[in-house]
Amino acid sequence: MKFGILVNEGPYTHQAADSAFKFAQAALAKGHEVTRVFFYHDGVNNASRLTVPPVDDRHVVNRWAELGEKHGVDLVVCIAAAQRRGLLDDNEAKRQGKDANNIHPAFRISGLGQLVEAGIQNDRLVTFGD
Amino acid sequence: MSDDMDMEDGGTIKKFMFVNRKAPYGTIYALEALEVVLISAAFEQDVSMAFVDDGVYQLMKGINSEGTELKNFSKTYRALDGYDIEKLYVEQESLEARGLTEDDLLVDVTVMSAAELAATMAEQDVVISH
Repeated sequence: MKFGILVNEGPYTHQAADSAFKFAQAALAKGHEVTRVFFYHDGVNNASRLTVPPVDDRHVVNRWAELGEKHGVDLVVCIAAAQRRGLLDDNEAKRQGKDANNIHPAFRISGLGQLVEAGIQNDRLVTFGD
Repeated sequence: MSDDMDMEDGGTIKKFMFVNRKAPYGTIYALEALEVVLISAAFEQDVSMAFVDDGVYQLMKGINSEGTELKNFSKTYRALDGYDIEKLYVEQESLEARGLTEDDLLVDVTVMSAAELAATMAEQDVVISH
Protein backbone atom coordinates (compact mmCIF):
# COMPACT_ATOMS: atom_id res chain seq x y z
CA MET A 1 0.00 0.00 0.00
CA LYS A 2 1.10 3.58 -0.65
CA PHE A 3 1.01 5.90 2.34
CA GLY A 4 1.27 9.64 2.72
CA ILE A 5 1.82 11.02 6.22
CA LEU A 6 0.86 14.38 7.70
CA VAL A 7 2.71 15.58 10.81
CA ASN A 8 1.03 18.49 12.59
CA GLU A 9 3.04 18.81 15.80
CA GLY A 10 6.60 19.73 16.67
CA PRO A 11 9.27 17.35 17.95
CA TYR A 12 9.95 16.79 21.67
CA THR A 13 6.82 18.73 22.72
CA HIS A 14 4.28 16.29 21.32
CA GLN A 15 4.28 12.57 20.64
CA ALA A 16 2.75 13.02 17.17
CA ALA A 17 6.16 13.41 15.54
CA ASP A 18 7.45 10.23 17.20
CA SER A 19 4.31 8.25 16.37
CA ALA A 20 4.46 9.38 12.76
CA PHE A 21 8.08 8.30 12.49
CA LYS A 22 7.37 4.92 14.08
CA PHE A 23 4.41 4.43 11.75
CA ALA A 24 6.52 5.25 8.69
CA GLN A 25 9.27 2.93 9.85
CA ALA A 26 6.82 0.08 10.52
CA ALA A 27 5.03 0.56 7.19
CA LEU A 28 8.34 0.45 5.29
CA ALA A 29 9.46 -2.62 7.25
CA LYS A 30 6.26 -4.39 6.17
CA GLY A 31 7.07 -3.66 2.53
CA HIS A 32 4.66 -0.75 2.10
CA GLU A 33 5.64 2.45 0.38
CA VAL A 34 5.75 5.82 2.13
CA THR A 35 5.88 8.36 -0.64
CA ARG A 36 5.73 11.61 1.26
CA VAL A 37 5.72 13.05 4.76
CA PHE A 38 4.19 16.52 4.89
CA PHE A 39 5.02 18.76 7.86
CA TYR A 40 2.40 21.35 8.79
CA HIS A 41 1.46 23.56 11.74
CA ASP A 42 4.22 23.21 14.41
CA GLY A 43 5.24 20.02 12.61
CA VAL A 44 7.54 22.20 10.49
CA ASN A 45 9.92 22.24 13.47
CA ASN A 46 10.78 18.62 12.66
CA ALA A 47 12.93 20.04 9.87
CA SER A 48 15.26 22.35 11.81
CA ARG A 49 18.85 21.33 11.15
CA LEU A 50 19.91 23.34 14.22
CA THR A 51 18.09 20.96 16.57
CA VAL A 52 20.42 19.79 19.35
CA PRO A 53 18.78 17.25 21.67
CA PRO A 54 20.65 15.84 24.70
CA VAL A 55 23.09 13.13 23.59
CA ASP A 56 21.16 10.32 25.27
CA ASP A 57 17.91 11.26 23.50
CA ARG A 58 16.60 10.40 20.03
CA HIS A 59 17.41 12.90 17.29
CA VAL A 60 14.03 13.47 15.70
CA VAL A 61 15.30 15.60 12.81
CA ASN A 62 18.22 13.40 11.82
CA ARG A 63 16.02 10.33 12.15
CA TRP A 64 13.59 11.75 9.55
CA ALA A 65 16.48 12.75 7.31
CA GLU A 66 17.98 9.23 7.42
CA LEU A 67 14.61 7.62 6.76
CA GLY A 68 14.02 9.95 3.82
CA GLU A 69 17.39 9.32 2.29
CA LYS A 70 17.35 5.54 2.81
CA HIS A 71 13.83 4.94 1.51
CA GLY A 72 13.37 7.81 -0.90
CA VAL A 73 10.62 9.41 1.18
CA ASP A 74 9.82 12.95 0.05
CA LEU A 75 10.03 15.14 3.18
CA VAL A 76 8.05 18.31 2.52
CA VAL A 77 7.74 21.32 4.82
CA CYS A 78 4.88 23.76 4.29
CA ILE A 79 6.48 27.03 3.26
CA ALA A 80 3.86 29.34 4.80
CA ALA A 81 3.78 27.47 8.11
CA ALA A 82 7.60 27.35 8.16
CA GLN A 83 8.12 31.02 7.41
CA ARG A 84 5.78 32.29 10.10
CA ARG A 85 7.67 30.10 12.59
CA GLY A 86 11.14 31.20 11.50
CA LEU A 87 12.18 28.19 9.43
CA LEU A 88 13.87 29.05 6.15
CA ASP A 89 15.93 27.21 3.60
CA ASP A 90 18.85 28.89 1.85
CA ASN A 91 16.81 30.26 -1.06
CA GLU A 92 14.07 31.67 1.13
CA ALA A 93 16.60 33.17 3.54
CA LYS A 94 18.19 35.06 0.64
CA ARG A 95 14.83 36.06 -0.79
CA GLN A 96 13.64 37.37 2.58
CA GLY A 97 16.96 39.11 3.33
CA LYS A 98 17.75 36.92 6.35
CA ASP A 99 21.29 36.12 7.42
CA ALA A 100 20.77 32.42 8.19
CA ASN A 101 18.86 29.35 7.14
CA ASN A 102 17.88 26.37 9.24
CA ILE A 103 16.06 23.76 7.19
CA HIS A 104 17.84 20.42 7.02
CA PRO A 105 18.88 19.63 3.44
CA ALA A 106 17.03 16.28 3.51
CA PHE A 107 13.76 18.27 3.62
CA ARG A 108 12.38 20.57 0.98
CA ILE A 109 9.95 23.44 1.35
CA SER A 110 6.88 23.65 -0.84
CA GLY A 111 3.23 24.60 -0.80
CA LEU A 112 0.11 23.02 0.64
CA GLY A 113 -0.68 21.63 -2.79
CA GLN A 114 1.83 18.91 -1.96
CA LEU A 115 -0.39 17.80 0.94
CA VAL A 116 -3.51 17.64 -1.21
CA GLU A 117 -1.51 15.79 -3.87
CA ALA A 118 -0.37 13.27 -1.23
CA GLY A 119 -4.05 12.67 -0.46
CA ILE A 120 -4.84 12.10 -4.12
CA GLN A 121 -1.86 9.93 -5.05
CA ASN A 122 -1.65 7.59 -2.05
CA ASP A 123 -3.95 4.80 -0.91
CA ARG A 124 -4.01 6.34 2.55
CA LEU A 125 -3.12 9.68 4.08
CA VAL A 126 -2.49 9.30 7.79
CA THR A 127 -2.58 12.37 10.07
CA PHE A 128 -0.54 12.62 13.27
CA GLY A 129 -1.50 15.59 15.41
CA ASP A 130 -3.26 16.87 18.49
CA MET B 1 -2.85 32.12 -1.46
CA SER B 2 0.86 32.56 -2.02
CA ASP B 3 1.68 28.86 -2.05
CA ASP B 4 2.62 27.11 -5.22
CA MET B 5 0.04 24.81 -6.68
CA ASP B 6 0.64 21.84 -8.84
CA MET B 7 -2.95 21.74 -9.91
CA GLU B 8 -4.93 18.66 -10.57
CA ASP B 9 -3.63 15.22 -10.84
CA GLY B 10 -4.51 13.09 -13.82
CA GLY B 11 -8.24 13.57 -13.34
CA THR B 12 -8.53 11.58 -10.08
CA ILE B 13 -11.36 12.92 -7.96
CA LYS B 14 -11.37 11.87 -4.34
CA LYS B 15 -13.70 12.72 -1.51
CA PHE B 16 -11.78 14.94 0.92
CA MET B 17 -13.21 15.86 4.30
CA PHE B 18 -11.53 18.46 6.48
CA VAL B 19 -12.55 17.99 10.09
CA ASN B 20 -12.33 21.07 12.30
CA ARG B 21 -12.31 20.33 16.02
CA LYS B 22 -10.69 23.41 17.58
CA ALA B 23 -11.94 26.86 18.56
CA PRO B 24 -10.94 29.55 16.05
CA TYR B 25 -8.50 31.78 17.94
CA GLY B 26 -6.96 29.84 20.85
CA THR B 27 -4.62 28.01 18.49
CA ILE B 28 -3.60 28.38 14.86
CA TYR B 29 -5.24 25.12 13.73
CA ALA B 30 -8.44 26.67 12.37
CA LEU B 31 -6.63 29.34 10.35
CA GLU B 32 -4.05 26.96 8.87
CA ALA B 33 -6.76 24.34 8.21
CA LEU B 34 -8.61 26.91 6.12
CA GLU B 35 -5.47 27.47 4.07
CA VAL B 36 -5.39 23.77 3.12
CA VAL B 37 -9.10 23.79 2.30
CA LEU B 38 -8.69 26.75 -0.06
CA ILE B 39 -5.72 25.12 -1.80
CA SER B 40 -7.66 21.87 -2.20
CA ALA B 41 -10.22 23.76 -4.29
CA ALA B 42 -7.57 24.20 -6.98
CA PHE B 43 -7.30 20.41 -7.34
CA GLU B 44 -10.96 19.96 -8.29
CA GLN B 45 -11.62 17.37 -5.61
CA ASP B 46 -14.93 16.58 -3.90
CA VAL B 47 -14.31 18.65 -0.76
CA SER B 48 -16.39 18.90 2.41
CA MET B 49 -15.77 20.37 5.85
CA ALA B 50 -17.02 19.05 9.15
CA PHE B 51 -17.25 21.09 12.35
CA VAL B 52 -17.30 19.19 15.62
CA ASP B 53 -16.49 19.84 19.29
CA ASP B 54 -15.14 23.41 19.77
CA GLY B 55 -14.74 23.55 15.97
CA VAL B 56 -18.36 24.73 15.76
CA TYR B 57 -17.22 28.06 17.24
CA GLN B 58 -15.31 28.70 14.00
CA LEU B 59 -18.62 29.41 12.26
CA MET B 60 -20.12 31.65 14.94
CA LYS B 61 -21.56 35.01 13.95
CA GLY B 62 -20.27 38.21 15.47
CA ILE B 63 -16.73 37.22 16.36
CA ASN B 64 -14.63 40.23 17.29
CA SER B 65 -10.93 39.39 17.42
CA GLU B 66 -9.76 43.01 17.61
CA GLY B 67 -8.42 42.96 21.16
CA THR B 68 -6.32 39.88 20.43
CA GLU B 69 -4.43 41.43 17.47
CA LEU B 70 -5.34 38.25 15.57
CA LYS B 71 -6.70 38.70 12.08
CA ASN B 72 -10.44 37.99 11.96
CA PHE B 73 -10.95 35.26 9.36
CA SER B 74 -14.73 34.84 9.70
CA LYS B 75 -15.16 36.24 6.20
CA THR B 76 -13.11 33.37 4.74
CA TYR B 77 -15.88 30.93 5.69
CA ARG B 78 -18.36 33.13 3.82
CA ALA B 79 -16.07 33.01 0.78
CA LEU B 80 -15.94 29.21 0.64
CA ASP B 81 -18.87 28.86 -1.77
CA GLY B 82 -16.89 30.99 -4.23
CA TYR B 83 -14.38 28.13 -4.21
CA ASP B 84 -17.17 25.59 -4.79
CA ILE B 85 -16.82 24.36 -1.22
CA GLU B 86 -20.45 24.10 -0.23
CA LYS B 87 -20.63 20.94 1.85
CA LEU B 88 -20.34 22.22 5.40
CA TYR B 89 -21.44 19.71 8.01
CA VAL B 90 -21.96 20.68 11.63
CA GLU B 91 -22.46 18.12 14.36
CA GLN B 92 -25.72 18.67 16.20
CA GLU B 93 -24.48 17.34 19.55
CA SER B 94 -21.55 19.78 19.51
CA LEU B 95 -23.88 22.73 18.85
CA GLU B 96 -26.29 21.66 21.58
CA ALA B 97 -23.57 21.08 24.15
CA ARG B 98 -22.48 24.69 23.61
CA GLY B 99 -25.97 26.22 23.66
CA LEU B 100 -25.78 27.10 19.95
CA THR B 101 -28.25 26.68 17.11
CA GLU B 102 -27.94 26.97 13.34
CA ASP B 103 -29.11 30.62 13.67
CA ASP B 104 -25.86 31.45 15.48
CA LEU B 105 -23.78 30.45 12.45
CA LEU B 106 -22.61 32.80 9.70
CA VAL B 107 -22.99 30.44 6.73
CA ASP B 108 -25.53 27.90 5.51
CA VAL B 109 -24.66 24.48 6.87
CA THR B 110 -26.07 20.99 7.10
CA VAL B 111 -26.58 20.05 10.73
CA MET B 112 -26.31 16.32 11.33
CA SER B 113 -26.11 13.95 14.26
CA ALA B 114 -22.82 12.40 15.31
CA ALA B 115 -24.02 9.10 13.85
CA GLU B 116 -24.90 10.70 10.49
CA LEU B 117 -21.60 12.53 10.42
CA ALA B 118 -19.73 9.31 11.20
CA ALA B 119 -21.49 7.61 8.28
CA THR B 120 -20.57 10.52 5.98
CA MET B 121 -16.99 10.38 7.23
CA ALA B 122 -16.83 6.66 6.45
CA GLU B 123 -17.62 7.44 2.79
CA GLN B 124 -14.55 9.68 2.40
CA ASP B 125 -11.29 8.77 0.67
CA VAL B 126 -9.24 11.29 2.64
CA VAL B 127 -10.02 12.73 6.06
CA ILE B 128 -7.74 15.47 7.35
CA SER B 129 -8.40 16.48 10.92
CA HIS B 130 -7.27 19.62 12.71
